Amino acid sequence: MYNASDLRKGLKLLLEKEPYVVIDFQFTKPGKGQALYRCKLRNMISGVIIDRTYRSVDTFEQANLEQRKMQYLYSQEGHFHFMDLESYDQVSLSEDQVGDAKNYLIDNLEVDVLLFDGRPIGITLPNFVDLTVVKADPWVKGDSVAGDSKPVTLETGYTLRVPPFIEEGIKITVDTRTGEYVTRVKQ
Amino acid sequence: MSPGSSNSPSFLAGERLAAKKPLLLLRSRIIQALRDFFLGKGYLETETPILIPAPAPELHIDVIQAGHLFLHPSPELCMKRLVAAGYERIFQICRCFREGERGSRHLPEFTLLEWYRAGTDYCGLMDECEEVLLHLSTALGFGETFRYQGKEIDLSRPWPRLKVRDALMQYACASLEDVLAGGSFDETMVNRVEPCLGLPKPTFLCDYPLSLAALARTKQIEPESAERFELYIAGLELANAFSELTDAVEQRRRFELEREGRQRQGKMIYPMPEKFLEALAFMPESAGIALGVDRLVMLFCDQKEIDRVVSFTPEEL
Repeated sequence: MYNASDLRKGLKLLLEKEPYVVIDFQFTKPGKGQALYRCKLRNMISGVIIDRTYRSVDTFEQANLEQRKMQYLYSQEGHFHFMDLESYDQVSLSEDQVGDAKNYLIDNLEVDVLLFDGRPIGITLPNFVDLTVVKADPWVKGDSVAGDSKPVTLETGYTLRVPPFIEEGIKITVDTRTGEYVTRVKQ
Repeated sequence: MSPGSSNSPSFLAGERLAAKKPLLLLRSRIIQALRDFFLGKGYLETETPILIPAPAPELHIDVIQAGHLFLHPSPELCMKRLVAAGYERIFQICRCFREGERGSRHLPEFTLLEWYRAGTDYCGLMDECEEVLLHLSTALGFGETFRYQGKEIDLSRPWPRLKVRDALMQYACASLEDVLAGGSFDETMVNRVEPCLGLPKPTFLCDYPLSLAALARTKQIEPESAERFELYIAGLELANAFSELTDAVEQRRRFELEREGRQRQGKMIYPMPEKFLEALAFMPESAGIALGVDRLVMLFCDQKEIDRVVSFTPEEL
C-alpha cells in the first residue's frame, strides 16, 4: 500500500485494476489549504495518459508487476514470441506492446519482459544491441548535404545514420535508448 | 574514481553550487532591499524564537517536532504578542519549518518575511505590498516591468483585487457554495484558478470563506467572509495576509475547531497557545502578512524551481 506522500516520478501503482506509472508529479498546497499531489499517470497496458489530483489521505494499491529474463524467439502475424529463461514458458506480445523495441529484436536476444498479474505487458531492452548492416549505399566523398554520415538499414529493417566507413555486412552497436549508432563491432 | 576527479559526485555537487552563485547574489540583494524598505518606513526588525512550545493549531499545517518543543511554522504568534504589547510596526525575515512540504515551490525549511502593522486592515497591507514589490524591482534595476518565464509582469499600481467568489466564477465557472459543499475548494483553486492569477499585473485574491481563515477577522458587511487575501504573481502564490482577529473568545473557538479537524484526520494535536490567547485581549486593530522570500527570489531570478534559489535543498545535505 502506498500513501500520497510516496508519490514520485516512476512509481508504479494500481488504479481501477490496471497498472499505471507516474510520469509527472507536482506537490502543491494552496495557501492554508491541504496538500495536493498532482500527477500525470500512464496506463502501462494501453499507454493512455491521465491527470489526477490526490490528497494526503489517499492510498494506493501496489501493482502486481514482475520482470523476467526472456529470450526473443520469433515474430509471426504481428506477434512477438519470447521464452522464459528459467521456466521455458513462452509468452507473446503484440506489435503495439513491443513498440520501437522491434527495431532491435534479433533472434536469441535477452530482454526483460514485464508481467502484470502474470500477463506480459511490455519489454525492456539491453541498453546496447549489436546488429548487422544489410544495406548501405557507398559514400560519395564531398557529399556535403549528407554531412559526415549516411543512412543504412539493419537486419531488423531499422534505418539509422552511421559514419561513412560502415559497409554492408558489418556489425554495429546501437544504443536502444536513443536509437543512435555507437560503434563498429570489432570482429 | 578519485574524489577530486571531474566527474565524481562531490565535484559535480560543487559545480552545481557554483552555478547558483548569480542567483544567490541576487537573493542576497533582495533580502537587503527588503530590510531597507521596512527600516526606511520605521519598522522594527524582530527576532522571535524558532523553538516554540505551542504552534497555532491549523488543520493543514504540520509542524516539525524538536525534542519536547516545535520548530515554528511561522513567527506569527510571537510577533502578534509583540503587537499586543505595543510594538506597532514590526517585521522579521526568518527560517520556518513545515513537515512534508516538498515540491517545485515548496521546501520543508524556507524563508518567510512577516510584517505587522497596528492601526490598519488588510486593505492597508495590499497598498503596502504594491510598495514593497515596486521598491524591490526598482532597487534591482528592473523598473515597473520584468519578465518571468517568458511572460511580462507589470507592477504598475493599482493591482487588481479579486474576490475568491468572483475568481471561482470567472476561471472555473463554479459557485463558492458548490465547491465548499462538494469539498473541492482546494482542487479547484490549484487546478483552475491559481494558474490564471497575477498576469500581467499581480492579483490580490481576497475575502476567503470564514472557514478557511482561522486567524482572520470576520468581514462586517459580509459575515460569511474573512478579511484575508493572498497575493499572486504569474500563478505563483507569494503572500498570505489578514486583518487580525483580536477577539480572544472567538479565536479560542476557531482553534478548537481546527484541533477537532486535526483529531478527525488522526493528526498530532499541539498544546493550546494559551499565552498568545491571553495577549490577544490587548491587541489593537492590526493586520499582518507572511511573504515567501524564496518565491520572491524565484520571481526576480526567473526560476521555475525553488531548488535553484537556495544554497542547499534537503536532498543535497
